[in-house]
Amino acid sequence: MRLITFAGPPSSGKTSVISKMIQIYLDHHIRVGVIKFDCLQSNDDKFFAHMNIPVLLGLSGQQCPDHYFVSNIEDVFNWGQELGLDILLSESAGLCNRCAPHIRDIPAVCVIDQMSGIHTPKKIGPMLRFADIVVITKSDLVSQAEREVFEMNVSYVNPRADILHVNGLTGQGARELVGVLEASTDDATVSGNRLRCSMPTALCSYCMGETNIGASYQLGNLRKIKIRDKDMGG
Amino acid sequence: MIVDQYLHKPVKLLFVEHPYAEDWLGQICILDDVNCTLHELVSRQKESFDPLQNMNARLLLEQLDDYLSAMKDLLKQPREEVKTVALLPGRDKDGRLEKFDSLVFYPGEIVAIVGPTGSGKSRLLEDIECGADGNTPSKRRVLINDQQSYIRKKRRARQKIVAQLSQNMNFVVDLGVGDFLNMHARCWPSEGSGNKIARILELANSLSGEKFALEDNVAQLSGGQSRALMIADCALLSTAPIVLIDEIENAGINRRRALDLLTSEDKIVFLATHDPLLALLAQKRLVIKNGGIHRVVLRSKGEEETLKKLEFMDRQLLEMRARMRIGGALDDCKLSTGIIDSECAALKRNTAE
Repeated sequence: MRLITFAGPPSSGKTSVISKMIQIYLDHHIRVGVIKFDCLQSNDDKFFAHMNIPVLLGLSGQQCPDHYFVSNIEDVFNWGQELGLDILLSESAGLCNRCAPHIRDIPAVCVIDQMSGIHTPKKIGPMLRFADIVVITKSDLVSQAEREVFEMNVSYVNPRADILHVNGLTGQGARELVGVLEASTDDATVSGNRLRCSMPTALCSYCMGETNIGASYQLGNLRKIKIRDKDMGG
Repeated sequence: MIVDQYLHKPVKLLFVEHPYAEDWLGQICILDDVNCTLHELVSRQKESFDPLQNMNARLLLEQLDDYLSAMKDLLKQPREEVKTVALLPGRDKDGRLEKFDSLVFYPGEIVAIVGPTGSGKSRLLEDIECGADGNTPSKRRVLINDQQSYIRKKRRARQKIVAQLSQNMNFVVDLGVGDFLNMHARCWPSEGSGNKIARILELANSLSGEKFALEDNVAQLSGGQSRALMIADCALLSTAPIVLIDEIENAGINRRRALDLLTSEDKIVFLATHDPLLALLAQKRLVIKNGGIHRVVLRSKGEEETLKKLEFMDRQLLEMRARMRIGGALDDCKLSTGIIDSECAALKRNTAE
């Protein structure tokens, strides 16, 4: 079974892109399943279930979504294998821009929205930097010049990534994405494998559910802003 | 390694010579002191990396080096050149083979794509866009410079050879025209923008009826002005030698001049349209029916005459529009093109008085 990780900012079109890919896999009688990671609530599992494919939903709740992802991906991988899937698509939503769910030797896709602003590629962080393929959505709505600058900004962050444009509504480009992924030779397992980017090292009182603000409530691994004299206007 | 030469120099020097490295490093470590050496910077980060990840200073330097060399390759890569686009037959919606051996198109050529809505015009444009090699529903093949799968190997920035222009496109950045064009020009830093920016503005203004300036915000341009700017920018700054145009008939621009501009820059233009004037500007037109290329029509002598008439009517319409806008009457028959410019000027003077 091949696992493919998808990540991207909220509303960038991850679910739409994945659903267009599923349609293509189903047309070719490829057994495909989806694991959707989200934070508090998601109806996407029902959306995928309508396509009559196996779906798992994982909600991180009080946990950091990134840590939740990495501590569950092994079980999810085994689930997919037991079902006899050919392809398991993992969609992570709600990750912060400090993290990426991408795993070594497992195809990694980052989905970003062209309408989110021309400089967005520089703000997304490891999700984009550690991806093999960058899918740009909604690019049919902007000028060719903006597309080219956006692509260039993606390359400034990740010069080795393949860039594809996919229309999440019509599915234009999805076939090409499926083709690129098919040609990839990355299909490692997850047990014993490594993340491409480390998770933040943080264990402080707020990780444990603290909500009070103030120095006396802060314990553990903390990092403070340095406010210097010149910041005081002095 | 590229990083070796920067190891014991202040990182700000690295940032001067490779400006993109600042953003890249800034995503990994906090750059609060650009006077420290690269070696000091990465050693200091050590404690924040998980030792199990092997993310030590050496690995970080390797990654930075890999990044710098990838950027170097990207930036020195020349513009793509397309000498021919060849289309090999696929199948229509009923699986019948298209009736041609191969269609070859050259730089400077305009190809019209006509047919009823839903017949498959957009599908053909998509095939060209993705460089179909028998794997799309139409089963067509697109060869670029006689090579198969050419477009599929060109997936990085600055390598894309197909540009698009459509009615649905908008400018969404909040920038003035001049800043916008400069931003686009920076995709090709080695070429410099020089007088290209001024030339694009001049050309765009010659396409649309109403003039705009470098200071105007792109988001506030009218439909015609934005289309004109997109076309002029596409002709002079875009990376792509192939241009796909999907229905620009209502754009309110001088259509012949727009196409002339693109072809004079040696673009190959594919134009899906319902507009006879636009279709006749092309020497070849592909008639799409039921998902397949049904006929290839070459523009006849008789059609060239028709084109002249259509263009005359089109100019008359444009003139009427210009006259109407400034308060002129539309009832007289002095609408023979060319006179109107001076007439409009006179009318404008009168209304101003």
